[in-house]
Amino acid sequence: MSWAVTSNNQTIDLAAIPVETAAGLRAEIIEQCGRGARPVAFFGQKLSSGVRLFVILADDPRSELVASSAIFAESEKSYPSISSEIPAFHLFEREFFEETGIKPEGHPWLKPVRFSHNRADQSVRMADYPFFKVEGESIHEVAVGPVHAGVIEPGHFRFMCSGEKVHHLEIHLGYQHRGIEPMMADGSIWKKSKLVESITGDSAIANSLAYSSLLETAAGIEVSARATAIRTLALELERVALHMSSLSGLCADVGDLTGNTFFGATRTYVINSLLDICGSRFGYSLIRPGGVNFDIDAALSAKLLKTLEMVRDRVFIIGERTFNMPGVLSRFQHTGIVDFKTAEKINMVGITARASGLKRDIRADHPFGFYRLYPAYKLTLDSGDVFARAYMRYLEATRSLGYLIDLLSGLPPGTQLLAERGSLKPDSMTVSMVEGPRGELVHVMLTGANGEAVRYKLKDPSFNNWFALALAVRGEGVSDFPICNKSFDLSYCGYDL
Amino acid sequence: MFDSIKVRIKQGKQYIPDVKRAEVNPKFRGFPLLNNKTCTRCDDCTCVCPTGAITAHPLKIDLGKCTFCGDCQRACKSQSIEFTNFHKMAASRRETLIVDHNTDRHLYTLDAVKANHEIKRLFGRSLKLRSVSAGGCNGCELELNACSNVNFDMTRFGIEMVASPRHADGIVITGPVSENMAYALEDTLLAVPNPRLVIAMGTCAISGGVFQDSAAVNRNFFDKYKVDLYIPGCPVHPLTFINGVLRLLGR
Ligand code: SF4
Ligand code: SF4
Repeated sequence: MSWAVTSNNQTIDLAAIPVETAAGLRAEIIEQCGRGARPVAFFGQKLSSGVRLFVILADDPRSELVASSAIFAESEKSYPSISSEIPAFHLFEREFFEETGIKPEGHPWLKPVRFSHNRADQSVRMADYPFFKVEGESIHEVAVGPVHAGVIEPGHFRFMCSGEKVHHLEIHLGYQHRGIEPMMADGSIWKKSKLVESITGDSAIANSLAYSSLLETAAGIEVSARATAIRTLALELERVALHMSSLSGLCADVGDLTGNTFFGATRTYVINSLLDICGSRFGYSLIRPGGVNFDIDAALSAKLLKTLEMVRDRVFIIGERTFNMPGVLSRFQHTGIVDFKTAEKINMVGITARASGLKRDIRADHPFGFYRLYPAYKLTLDSGDVFARAYMRYLEATRSLGYLIDLLSGLPPGTQLLAERGSLKPDSMTVSMVEGPRGELVHVMLTGANGEAVRYKLKDPSFNNWFALALAVRGEGVSDFPICNKSFDLSYCGYDL
Repeated sequence: MFDSIKVRIKQGKQYIPDVKRAEVNPKFRGFPLLNNKTCTRCDDCTCVCPTGAITAHPLKIDLGKCTFCGDCQRACKSQSIEFTNFHKMAASRRETLIVDHNTDRHLYTLDAVKANHEIKRLFGRSLKLRSVSAGGCNGCELELNACSNVNFDMTRFGIEMVASPRHADGIVITGPVSENMAYALEDTLLAVPNPRLVIAMGTCAISGGVFQDSAAVNRNFFDKYKVDLYIPGCPVHPLTFINGVLRLLGR
C-alpha cells in the first residue's frame, strides 16, 4: 500500500509511512485527488543528507487522512510539479520550494511565499518581489502597504487596473514572519503554549487547542470531559468574536456606522466573557496540554449564560436590520464572487469556502473534542459573494451562540481540569486539526528517537484563502477591495508564521 | 430606520464614563505582587516562564518581558507570586518595568511615566498616532483598535489613530519587529515630522517577548531610536494604553 491511513488526532509510526520516488508519489497524489482527496499538509523534513517530503491528504467524507512521503537525495533538486495537474497544491509547492530549494518544474506561479528566514536561497530578497506585470496604455498600478491606513497587520497589495477596474491583484506577504516553526522544534515542545497562542492572537484558542490535542494524542493523555467542554466553549466564543469583528468592519466599509459600532460592541461582550473565564480577552492561558487552567463555576456559568443570551438577542436584532438594508445589500450582493468550482480548485477552507458552497468543516468532517459527542452541523451558502461571506458570519455566529447556550446549560461535572503530562511516542507522526474561526488549522509533529519534536509543521486557514481574495477582486472596482478584503478577514500572521 | 432606532435603544450607553478610575475585571492579570519572605527558592517559577521574565532570589519580574500568562503563579507552591488586576503599568524608562517585592503599585503608577513639559505643551490636547504592526500576533493591534471603539472611546481625549505618518505626532509599535518589517518600520518613523513620539506597545515590542530569541526578528530599531513610552501587556489592555498615554501628556 502506498498510503498510511490515519485520522485527526492519531499518532502513527514514521516507519509506517511509505517512502516513494518523487514521480511515484506525484502519480499517487494525482490519483487520490482525482477521487476527491485534498491536501492538508505538504512539507519537507531535512535529513542528514537530502530531504523527506511528507504529504497528508484528507478524505473528508470518510473522516480519514492518508499520509505518504518521498525522499530527495542531496543531488535531486527538482521534480515535476503537481500544481500543473492539481492547482490545490500551488502554495504548498511554493512553500516547499522556498524552504528546501527543490523546484517543482512546470509550476505555473512559482513565487516566494513569506521570505522565511530559513529560506533555501538567501539571495531572494523581499525588495525584489517578482510582481506580475500587466502592460498597456490604460493600465495603471495601485500599490498599498505594507503599512496600511488602519490599525492592521502589514502586507503589500498591488492592483493592476484599467481605469477603475481591477485586472489583477498581487498579494505579497511575509512581513509578519517570526520563524515560528523552527522555534517549535527547538527545546522542549511542552513549553510552547505561549508561543502557540502568539501565532495568531484572534485564533489563540484554536491554535492552542490543536497544539494541546496533538501532544495529548502523542503522549496518550486523557482529557476530562469537563475540560474538553470548556475548551469547546472557548473555541466557539472565539469564533463568535471574530465574526462580530468582521461584520463590524464590513459595516464600516459601506458607511453603516450603526452596524459598525453595534457589532463591535457585541464583540466586546463576547471577548469579555473570555476575560471572565481566564483573565484574558483573547483566551490566553486557558488551554494547556492536558486540559484547561480555569474552571467555570456555577456563578460564572450563570453569568455567561445571561450574557450570551443577551448577545444572541442583540446579534439577531442588528443582523436582521443590517441584512435588510438596501444600502448594505447593494454593495454586498454580486460583489467579489468566488464560485464553487474555483473555491474547490484552489482548495479553500473554512467559513469563506462554505460561503461558496464548499461543504468543509473540520468540526463535522474530522470531529475533535466535544463535537464528537455533540455534533456541529455544516452550513453553506452558494453565491460566493461578499454577501454570502457576511451572511455566513451572521448565521454561524447565531448558530455558535446557540451551541454555547446549550453547552453552558449542561457542562459535564467533574473536578479534574488538568491531566499529568506523559512522554511522546518516539519516531512518530501526529496530526491535529481544528476548525478555527477562519477554517482549518493543521498541526503536524514528527518526533525523533527520544520522543523529542524534530519537526513541527503549521498551516493556518489563511494559507489556503489569501489567493481566493486575489481572484475575488478580478473585474471589480478598486473601491470594492475593502469590502472584499473584510469579507474574507484573513490573517497575515497566521500565513506568515 | 425604525430598525436602526430599535438597535440604538437596545444597545444603550456602551462607553466607560471614567477611564481613569475604571477597574479591570478581577480575573485580569496585571501588576504582580511578589513575596520574598515566603519564597522557598525552588525555582519552579523560572522554569516555567516562557520569556525569562522572572528571576528568583530575590523575586523580580520584568514587565517588559512578562506575557502575563500566570504560569509562574500557578507553578509557585508557596504562593509568593500573585498577579493583581491593577492595570496602570506604563513607564517612560525601560528599567522602571523591572519590579520586585518592594515595588508599591500605586507609587509605581505615580512615578513611572514622566510627563515632559515639552510633550505636554505640544501634544497635550491633541495627539495623532500612526500604528506600525511589526511581527506580533495581532492581539495588540486589536486592543489598539479597541481603544477607539464605543467602549473605551479614546478620541474623547483628542488621542486619535491616523492613516498617514505625515499626519501623525508619533508612532505606536506593536510586535517584536520581524526582519521583514524592519525597513518599513524605520521608514514610517522617518515620515513622521519632528518632534515625534515613539510608543512601544506590548511585550513583543518592548523586549521581543516570546519571539526574543528568534533569528527572524531584527530589533536594531531600538538601538537607534529612543522609546518615549513602554506599555506592558500581552496584549495590552485598552485601559492600560489610554491611561499610559494620558500620563505621558500630563493629564
Ligand atoms: S506571568 Fe510573566 S513572569 Fe510569570 S511565567 Fe508568565 S511570562 Fe513569566
Ligand atoms: S505582546 Fe502578546 S498580544 Fe501583543 S503582539 Fe506580542 S504576543 Fe501578541
